[in-house]
Amino acid sequence: MFRTLLIANRGEIARRIIRTARSMGLRTVAVYSDADREAPHVREADEAVRIGPPPARESYLNVPAILEAAQKTGAEAIHPGYGFLSEKAEFASAVEAAGLVFVGPPPAVIRAMGDKVEARKRMAASGVPVVPGTPDGVRSVEEALAAAEAIGYPVLIKAGAGGGGIGMERVDDPAALRERFEAASARAERFFGDGTLFLEKWVGGARHVEVQLAADRFGNVVHLFERDCSVQRRHQKVVEEAPAPNLDPSVRAALLRAAVLGARAIGYRNVGTMEFIVDPAGRFYFIEMNTRLQVEHPVTEMITGVDLVEWQLRIAAGEPLPRAQEAIVPHGAAIEVRLYAEDPVTFLPSPGAVTSVRWPEGVRLEAGIEAGTKVTPFYDPLLAKIVVHGATRSEALGRLAAALTETSVEGVKTNLPLLRAIVAARAFVEGRYDTGLIEALKRPASSE
Amino acid sequence: MDVRAPMSGTVWKVLVRPGERVETGQEVVILESMKMEIPVAAEFAGTVEAIVKGEGEYVDEGEVLVRLAPAP
Repeated sequence: MFRTLLIANRGEIARRIIRTARSMGLRTVAVYSDADREAPHVREADEAVRIGPPPARESYLNVPAILEAAQKTGAEAIHPGYGFLSEKAEFASAVEAAGLVFVGPPPAVIRAMGDKVEARKRMAASGVPVVPGTPDGVRSVEEALAAAEAIGYPVLIKAGAGGGGIGMERVDDPAALRERFEAASARAERFFGDGTLFLEKWVGGARHVEVQLAADRFGNVVHLFERDCSVQRRHQKVVEEAPAPNLDPSVRAALLRAAVLGARAIGYRNVGTMEFIVDPAGRFYFIEMNTRLQVEHPVTEMITGVDLVEWQLRIAAGEPLPRAQEAIVPHGAAIEVRLYAEDPVTFLPSPGAVTSVRWPEGVRLEAGIEAGTKVTPFYDPLLAKIVVHGATRSEALGRLAAALTETSVEGVKTNLPLLRAIVAARAFVEGRYDTGLIEALKRPASSE
Repeated sequence: MDVRAPMSGTVWKVLVRPGERVETGQEVVILESMKMEIPVAAEFAGTVEAIVKGEGEYVDEGEVLVRLAPAP
């Protein structure tokens, strides 16, 4: 095991990684931009190095500055956290070229899964189902109409291959496709410098279920069960839970099997997550693989008792997986909510200074802020995660509702009112919800 | 007659050019704030007089992004 670990990240995840690294007896090095000089993660590390001005590309994405910080502090390994450089194959390569350990999968695997088109092809080839679509894109209305006919309506028009929510649009019939094609193509041209559009089958009533995986260099691959991450806004997750409620046991088993199969096929190593959508009939399709620690990893830790950051470090150090599949047994239910600095209705970001905070007792809290923290527009709006566990889902739900009542953050707008509404919504309480839950809550007629 | 930033952030894309006519509700700038792209629309029709903040520039809430001359 290496002795000094540099954490190339900020906020709650940097603190989370420092905590485990310290418990393993490692020395920790934080990095920070000028915007984060006073941030908690800077204080909590054994050593901290400034890497640049506030914009991410000059600091947390600044590879030379981060490598220099590692060199200067004698760090032997770099943990990228999530976001920023965590899924940049060039960064992983640069870390290895500098003679350091990258805490994550091999660069070639990151590259293959990072190219969403390539990832779909690799998964389909290894027998993992993918959403029917046009992986190579369509360039004319005629081509689009023919492809949509083969896929079946409704279809989603996407501006970029696997890229974010920008320019995603649902069309229900050929007339609508014909009508929307030119505008969508022009938009794609404007945003991505490439007017190519991608069509994909629109899956109605879909749930977003993902599988936590871990693999070592000896060819061992295990799953740590699934998480339901269907509660989303703008295609970003807001609430996650494990196990996925009301998931048919045979569907769950098939999903876990497919994920392990896919991870084996690509020679995965370290901790990673395979994301799927599951339709109401229990058919599931691969969407993408995240080759890093996931924001919502705590819910898996709460039901399995595994410290995923510890596993990451051990795997990166060349050790075998700490547990075999049979020894990973889920207990109870866990739910996580993400507290964002954003308007709960419009979802617009809300930068500003946090004047006061009150955190709930008796829960697992992963916070990146404290009273006095200035929330800047330079990074993502995640302020904190509140995670609860219970012997049953309803016990966990009760704890979460109580915790959200106790929580308050002043100074910036937060999505706390939305989180409370979700936890109180009948569809959520009954565990019968899909990715449309938040939109449904916003419609007055169906709000509860 | 200005289009202002609804929140602090960085100008990601400027979608109009000086001299261009814009309609009410037309997106003129896309701001990036907290990793989200925020389209900013003109609240009235007019002609672009000046791009006050260029791509990559930091803006505070309320700062002018684009100056418009009202439509006659």
